[in-house]
Amino acid sequence: MIGNFPYLAVALLIGLGIYTLIYKRNLIKIAIGITLIENGVNLFLITLGYRKGAIAPIFTQAPEGLKMVLPTPQALTLTSIVIGVATTALILSVAMIIFKKYGTLDTDEVRRLKE
Amino acid sequence: MNEMSRIVRTITTLIYGFIMIYGFYIIVHGHLTPGGGFQGGAIVASAFALLVVTYGNQGSKKFLSEDIFSLIETTGLVLFIAFAFFGLGITFFYNFMANSGGLFGNSAVAGINAGDLNTGGTVTIMNMAVGLEVLAAFGVIILTMSAGSEIISKKKENS
Amino acid sequence: MSSIMTHAPALVIAFPLLAAFLVPVVSRLNKKILGIFVAVVLGFTLLITLLMAVRILSGNPLIYVFGGSEAGLTLPSGYTVPIRIIFHIDSMGIFMGLITAIVSFLGAIYSIAFMDKHSGLEKYYALLLLLATGMFGMEFTGDIFNFFVFLEIASIASVALIAFRSNLSGEPAEAGFKYMVVSSISALMVLFAVGLFYGQYDVLNMATIASVMKFTQLDKIALILLVTVLAMKAGSVPMHMWTPDAYSEAPASITMILVAASQASLYALFRIIFSLYNITLNTITIGWIIIILGLLSMFIGVTMAIIQKDIKRLMAYHAVSQTGYMLLGVGVGIAVLANPIALETFGIKAMEGGIFHIMNHAMYKGLLFLTAGALFYRTGTRNLNKMGGLGNNMIYTAIFFIIGAAAIAGIPPFNGFASKLIIYESVFQFNPLLSIIAMLVSILTLASFVKVFHSAFLGPKMEQYKDVKEVPKSMLFAMGALACIIVLFGLFPDLVVKYIVHPAVMALINQSSYTAVILGGM
Repeated sequence: MIGNFPYLAVALLIGLGIYTLIYKRNLIKIAIGITLIENGVNLFLITLGYRKGAIAPIFTQAPEGLKMVLPTPQALTLTSIVIGVATTALILSVAMIIFKKYGTLDTDEVRRLKE
Repeated sequence: MNEMSRIVRTITTLIYGFIMIYGFYIIVHGHLTPGGGFQGGAIVASAFALLVVTYGNQGSKKFLSEDIFSLIETTGLVLFIAFAFFGLGITFFYNFMANSGGLFGNSAVAGINAGDLNTGGTVTIMNMAVGLEVLAAFGVIILTMSAGSEIISKKKENS
Repeated sequence: MSSIMTHAPALVIAFPLLAAFLVPVVSRLNKKILGIFVAVVLGFTLLITLLMAVRILSGNPLIYVFGGSEAGLTLPSGYTVPIRIIFHIDSMGIFMGLITAIVSFLGAIYSIAFMDKHSGLEKYYALLLLLATGMFGMEFTGDIFNFFVFLEIASIASVALIAFRSNLSGEPAEAGFKYMVVSSISALMVLFAVGLFYGQYDVLNMATIASVMKFTQLDKIALILLVTVLAMKAGSVPMHMWTPDAYSEAPASITMILVAASQASLYALFRIIFSLYNITLNTITIGWIIIILGLLSMFIGVTMAIIQKDIKRLMAYHAVSQTGYMLLGVGVGIAVLANPIALETFGIKAMEGGIFHIMNHAMYKGLLFLTAGALFYRTGTRNLNKMGGLGNNMIYTAIFFIIGAAAIAGIPPFNGFASKLIIYESVFQFNPLLSIIAMLVSILTLASFVKVFHSAFLGPKMEQYKDVKEVPKSMLFAMGALACIIVLFGLFPDLVVKYIVHPAVMALINQSSYTAVILGGM
């Protein structure tokens, strides 16, 4: 049961992120919601590699006869973090342009494209 | 954005060099210890962010310039893809320098050891290329966003 | 020559990527040749794709192992599962690759004249090359995490391109924001599904997952996630809200490439259902879900399109509607996948119609968007109420518009008629009501395009447009190339179906041929 705590944290993070996306009206808070979902998915990927009683997968500090946790999910998570940085930078820049042109960051007002 | 107080400016002058050296250490030792190109580049970029926070965007134009960052970024990217092309004799991205005795060509030693910097082959060079690219890209992002926010806040003051 | 063919899958990704990184250097030297440089690189990529297509469509799939000791060696000594990133191009992959290559090459040629009054062009061309790289990677890869990476590359590049013209008014930035939120959520849910697959089976290669797949509860969750988010990226109802905004605010050449990017997500949906799961899942349920999504898209797309005043928004709703045709055709194929008699009689024909429609749609929708861009370039507006009488001055644009509108409405002898006829005939044998709804939608499509042609081109000359000239030659060349392809495909549809579409459909249906190429017959 105690080994399932990371998965509960993943579900909580993704749930909070989806709640923020649906119910908050400020554009920056929507960007934070996307970041929360991304953190939840990254935590999920890292938790998949855990093996009980194993050590960190560093090549130059590996004693004989001990298991290592899986290093492939760590590479996948690193790629995902880099992509998340690019996404966050782009979405915040677009939010800055919207503020400059519309004068407000409220999604009820940023609605010139209708129908 | 005005300048920050004298205490902050003094500490920044003392510290930002050490932050950059720590970042470069993480970039270069990416094939031996945890870290690598992206992580080290992000740490070096936090030194640039410290400069922009302390001196404001106008003030930090004396130290950082967007054109040079753009040049470093292009260098990093072209170096990365060029080393991928050099292995095209066998396959794309082939590691033709590992275990061959040339530059970065020693074989990795198993067991607990201090780590030999000379190993790794093209992985080490690509780490450095990615590190250059990431620090330059973050620098451009930080300078552009702070310039944009200063324009917006100046417009709000004047209106 | 054979060494180019061995390395061709890597060169198709590597050359646009290298050119994208060299664009700032080239623009520093000489600003005027930037468009020509990009067009040359994309033309070269088109040539390599054609060479690969000649080889693959006759039955030999291509494999490329990145960083391995040999390009075709997927299982080095001592390994039973592939461990490197492998590009696996079969007939369906090269079919989509041809569409991407043609569309991005013509988009670059069109942009030479269309974007000549803008500044910041080196960013535009670098992003266009990155978008092309992302689309090629999505279509050629055989590794499911690599698919996520290329999906994100294409999404980020296209968001920046949609918001490119936001220096005058704020609407492109709003459209870009909406598209970024939608594509971020889709990509993160794809990554979640990749995590579910990796946690159970410890492999990331699609063929290997297909060979060890046991349809557990977690696989069902992954299937629901993947179907939902990939249909959302392809623009099908009820997740189509981003389509009109994004397609209308982007520059016209980028809209053409965005249509191909949405179809790449549609290709990924079909690849996952056919090659990853195949008949381990309950095909009748999934087939009917996709058929219902297709029907909703067709109907809601065309009814929303009739009332639009903005020409590109109208065409964007039509893009949603035509995506419904593709989903309908392939959905009928999925629903009868476990039933060999029905598959032989009409299942394969329905899938041929749906997949042929993918290529036809990219061609005629691209042509229509390019003509809308030509109208915007000369008049400065997209509002149909303000345009009128342009047929007197812009004769070539009017002819190309007639060809595109006739193709989308399904009038012979253009290519829309060929694929729609195949869909009507085979879907009628499955369930007659679906075929009747499809024909009704086609009539409404014709009605809305008659309205657009009358508003924009017919009528007396208006005061402010009395001396507009025809558009520059590079834009005419791009539109003319697409019109030639439309006419050719319309005149010889059975040759196209026999040599290009039928191998693609058989490659999708046979899961064992997909896995045997990687795992070597195990």
